[in-house]
Amino acid sequence: MAGIVGYGAYIPRYRIKVEEIAHVWGKDARAISGGLGVKEKSVPSLDEDTITISTQAARNALEYCGIDPQKIGAVYVGSESHPYAVKPSATVVAEAIGATPELMAADYEFACKAGTAAMQTCMAFVDSGMVDYGLAIGTDTSQGRPGDPLEYTTAAGGAAYIIGKKDTVADIEATYSFTTDTPDFWRREGEPYPSHGARFTGEPGYFRHVRGATEGLLEKTGYKFDDFDYVVFHQPNGKFPMRMAKKFGIPKEKIEVGLLTPMIGNTYSGSTPLGLAAVLDVARPGQLILATSFGSGAGGDSFAIKVTDKIHKNPRPVKDYVERRSYLTYGEYIKHRKKIRM
Amino acid sequence: MEKVAIIGMGMTKFGECWDKGLRDLIAEAGAKAVTSAGIDGKDIQAIYGGNMSAGRFIGQEHVGALIADAIGLSPIPSTRVEAACASGGLALREAYLSIAGGIYDVVVAGGVEKMTDVYTEQVSLTLGGAGDQEWEVFHGATFPSLYAMMARRHMHDYGTTEEQLAAVAVKNHSNGAKNPLAQFPFEITLEQVMKSSKVAEPLKLLDCSPITDGAAAVILAKESFAKKVCDNPVWITGSGHATDTLALDDRRSMTTLDATKLATKVAMKQAGITPKQVDLAEVHDCFTIAEICAVEDIGFVKKGEGGKAEADGMFDLNSDIPVNTSGGLKACGHPVGATGIKQAVEISWQLRGEADKRQVKDANIGLAHNVGGSGATAVVHVFSREVR
Amino acid sequence: MPHRKSLASVWRRIPQRYRMESTMCETCGTYFFPPRNFCPTCRRKSKIKHYAAKGTGKVYSYTVIHVPQEGFELEIPYVLAVVELDEGAKLTAQLCDVDLEDLKIGMPVEVTFRRISEGKGGGIIHYAYKFTPISGQNK
Repeated sequence: MAGIVGYGAYIPRYRIKVEEIAHVWGKDARAISGGLGVKEKSVPSLDEDTITISTQAARNALEYCGIDPQKIGAVYVGSESHPYAVKPSATVVAEAIGATPELMAADYEFACKAGTAAMQTCMAFVDSGMVDYGLAIGTDTSQGRPGDPLEYTTAAGGAAYIIGKKDTVADIEATYSFTTDTPDFWRREGEPYPSHGARFTGEPGYFRHVRGATEGLLEKTGYKFDDFDYVVFHQPNGKFPMRMAKKFGIPKEKIEVGLLTPMIGNTYSGSTPLGLAAVLDVARPGQLILATSFGSGAGGDSFAIKVTDKIHKNPRPVKDYVERRSYLTYGEYIKHRKKIRM
Repeated sequence: MEKVAIIGMGMTKFGECWDKGLRDLIAEAGAKAVTSAGIDGKDIQAIYGGNMSAGRFIGQEHVGALIADAIGLSPIPSTRVEAACASGGLALREAYLSIAGGIYDVVVAGGVEKMTDVYTEQVSLTLGGAGDQEWEVFHGATFPSLYAMMARRHMHDYGTTEEQLAAVAVKNHSNGAKNPLAQFPFEITLEQVMKSSKVAEPLKLLDCSPITDGAAAVILAKESFAKKVCDNPVWITGSGHATDTLALDDRRSMTTLDATKLATKVAMKQAGITPKQVDLAEVHDCFTIAEICAVEDIGFVKKGEGGKAEADGMFDLNSDIPVNTSGGLKACGHPVGATGIKQAVEISWQLRGEADKRQVKDANIGLAHNVGGSGATAVVHVFSREVR
Repeated sequence: MPHRKSLASVWRRIPQRYRMESTMCETCGTYFFPPRNFCPTCRRKSKIKHYAAKGTGKVYSYTVIHVPQEGFELEIPYVLAVVELDEGAKLTAQLCDVDLEDLKIGMPVEVTFRRISEGKGGGIIHYAYKFTPISGQNK
């Protein structure tokens, strides 16, 4: 059975507060912050993008497990903000961590769930014996149109998972995906900012697919919600995952550990992988984790993950990245996001 | 080995010469030098021309032939010499060697740079090429930033202060104010330097030499010819040239230019002098820290004492060893390929007593020090009124 | 002015810029960065061996650049440093994610992977090492 051999997270150090953005547009910061359940969001540095964040997360994953990068047989990078429209992010990451040239590599895109899709691909490669180790990464430096409600949450960060069979720190017991064609959120080729269906992204998008994937997983595994010690749901804001948990009757404590959006915003493809990393940072052997991602367009990937006795202290825990922060003004933020024409 | 003398010299006004192109600058400096030597153009057998980057500044290569053409000396051999900002000094050395080695009797050593035909960003990128493109400039290094890191380390190791750096600029402007050919013939105050805008900390705008157009030329001749045509030849009694790693980070030290030390040692040994015997020097002050390193590495003061010595006025015009009487690169200007030749022109004028308001009394021995890049090339020459 | 970096000139430096691979001389124990195929000290006796730098070191000197190199206009002010690697080699690199008031000679730094510059008009993106304070990240 494929499992997690190593994992690593990375979140840029810059933040902008919801109130700083709200002030620029003359909005009521408290109402927005309360409505979204988000206080601030991470912002990439000028020199950071999906490739650099993925590389840093991958290096952290390698540091965590200490495997030889040459043994990695597959690298998949999931993101909706790949720096190139054509030319893979995965090749740069693979080269930067020293995994080339004997490997399979490609970029994935499925809105916010490309990272978990990459994990599933690597699981299949490992289970089929095609590779010993696969590296799956979910990262984004997501963009929101200035003035759009998305601007309060679109954030940057990512997490990397080394999937293998030997010395797993957490076994992925099962995965289940729920996929339909639902146009809740999209970005056309060449467009700088995404478009979305506003409230249509809620029930027909997020809730239907997270519910579908999660319930499918439970049916497949026979687990009940009570069996899980921690739950991670995709977190476009602080409210949706809490509402989903409430609907399922999952107590707040089980979901709060992996809920990072209130502090760092929505890291899109990095969202569920980062939430899961935060849980693994504190999880103990034998504990069971439920993780369900959501990607607009739309689909959900649900995972049942059991922590093994090989789990150990993460030298670069998510918490440190969350707490490492430096605030930007809106002007600086505009510069960081390269919205200034030079 | 033949003894070599400078028998004629000339330079253009340094500055933003909007109405002059590369050819005009060369022609003017060349004509002035030949006229000053009082010889016939037909006597000149070869040309060595220092030019760093006409190719990038004005899109012009093949500068050797262009120089001969511009001063009407075709078809004699003409060679372009390039060693970044030390191109001029190295052209002088190549010209010197060609006579000392017995190949020629009379040659021209010139230098020219036309820098204002392109925008400042392009000048910056081109000058960056004097450093290491792949391992410095790639990472965003600018030329001032390399010297800034030398300054920062000098401050850390020896307690040098930003005021001491500024004192170099103040002194050189004070000299430049007495030089009608200087780009900035005016004085500045310590406060003005300290308050000038930041370029690469701790270096500020007035710690930096400017972007300059200009040309300079000297006529060199072997002893027999020189004595025949010239009453007051200036003898080149020592010539040294050394190299170091292209990248600053690869050096043994970031506060000592080993190339300067070695080139100085060679030149002084040949001239049979010690630093104490030098009456005046033109040193490479592309940035204020560069002059502080230079006066230390040449041996005028101990390592680490350059900043204090500058601030104490040890190298002022009326001191024992006036440094950069022309105004230096800082105030006279720094047309990169011409600077090394301009230094020889200034020393020659001083030794011949032709330096007017900035004349140093009893000037018998002068030294010129020209640096390429952040110290990957250094060329040092010793000049004397007496043949040796 | 079009960017001058050719694709091949950037591509051939990937081992050094992505992974800090270089060479050292086993005869005298000197570590080089960038690589040399020949030790300037041991010359014919040099025994050149490949190594990859650990990526940790100390700031040997630094500057805050306010007048940028072409292609770095958006980044000012940015910090350039000479970093002395733990192996002993020194190299020039930018420092990132650092507060200017914390800059100090001797400060411990570790390698990170960043965008350096990009070709104009949709050109290729150049990635390489930068360094970041160790104390400022993941204490």
